[in-house]
Amino acid sequence: MNAEPTRKPEESAPAPKPAGVVLENKLSMVVFSGDLDKLLAAMIIATGAAAMGMKVVMFFTFWGTAALRDPKKKVGGKDFMSKMFGWMLPKGRNALKLSQMHMAGMGTAMLKGLMKKKNAPTLDQLFEIAAQLGVEIKVCEMSMDLMGFKHEEIIDYPNLDYVGVATFLANSGKSANQLFI
Amino acid sequence: MSDITPAKILDLKGLPCPMPVVKMSQEIGSVNVGEVIEVHTTDPGSLSDFPAWAETSGNEVVDTEQGGEFIKIFVKRNN
Repeated sequence: MNAEPTRKPEESAPAPKPAGVVLENKLSMVVFSGDLDKLLAAMIIATGAAAMGMKVVMFFTFWGTAALRDPKKKVGGKDFMSKMFGWMLPKGRNALKLSQMHMAGMGTAMLKGLMKKKNAPTLDQLFEIAAQLGVEIKVCEMSMDLMGFKHEEIIDYPNLDYVGVATFLANSGKSANQLFI
Repeated sequence: MSDITPAKILDLKGLPCPMPVVKMSQEIGSVNVGEVIEVHTTDPGSLSDFPAWAETSGNEVVDTEQGGEFIKIFVKRNN
C-alpha cells in the first residue's frame, strides 16, 4: 500500500495575504435592500458589531437609500420622474415592507406586533443605538441622484455622509468583515 | 453558588438580541479594570454571545449560572 498522504501539508496552508494589506477589526456593510426584515438584520448586526468594539461602516445604496428618508422633511423642486420615485418608494424606515409575507400589509403589521410583544428593538431604537455606538452611515450619492432623493430629505444622523464606490472599496479592503444585505 | 463579588448587577431580563451585548458594552466602562459585573438575562443566546463579545472586546466571562428563572453571567473587565 502506498502510505503517502493524498494532500501535502503545504497545500492546505492559507494563501498569503497581499503585502501591505493589514485587516482591521472593522465591519463594512452594503445595505442594498429596502426591505424591513433585511434592514432589521443589518441594524442588529451593525449594533452588535459596534458593541463588540468593532468599527462599523454601513453603505446605503439603491433601495436602501429610501430607508434613510425622513417622512417629516418636505422637499420641493423635483422633476416628474423624481416625484414618481418619491411617491412609489417607502418614505423612511417605518414605511418599509417585509421581503416575504407582506400580504398587503397584514404580515408586516403582524411582525411589528410580535416584535413589540417580545420587546425586540424597533428600527427607531436600533438607529438611535447605532448613533450612540458610533456606527457610520455612508450614502451612495449615485443612488440618491437616480432615485431623485435630495440630501434635505434624509434623516438627521450624527455620522452620515454622501460617498461614491471608491470610499466603500477603500473601507471594505481594510475590513476583516464584509457583508452585503 | 459563585464566590465572586460583583461590583455591579446589570439587569437585562426580557431584552432580546442584540440588546444584551449592546447594554454590556455600554456598562463595562462603569466598573474598574479587574472588577466583575453580574449580568441577569433571559436570552439563551447570551450564553454564547457573552463569551464571543468578551473575546473580541478583550474582557472575560469568569462564570455562568443556569437553572434559575434567569441566566447569570459574570463578566470581568480586563481593559
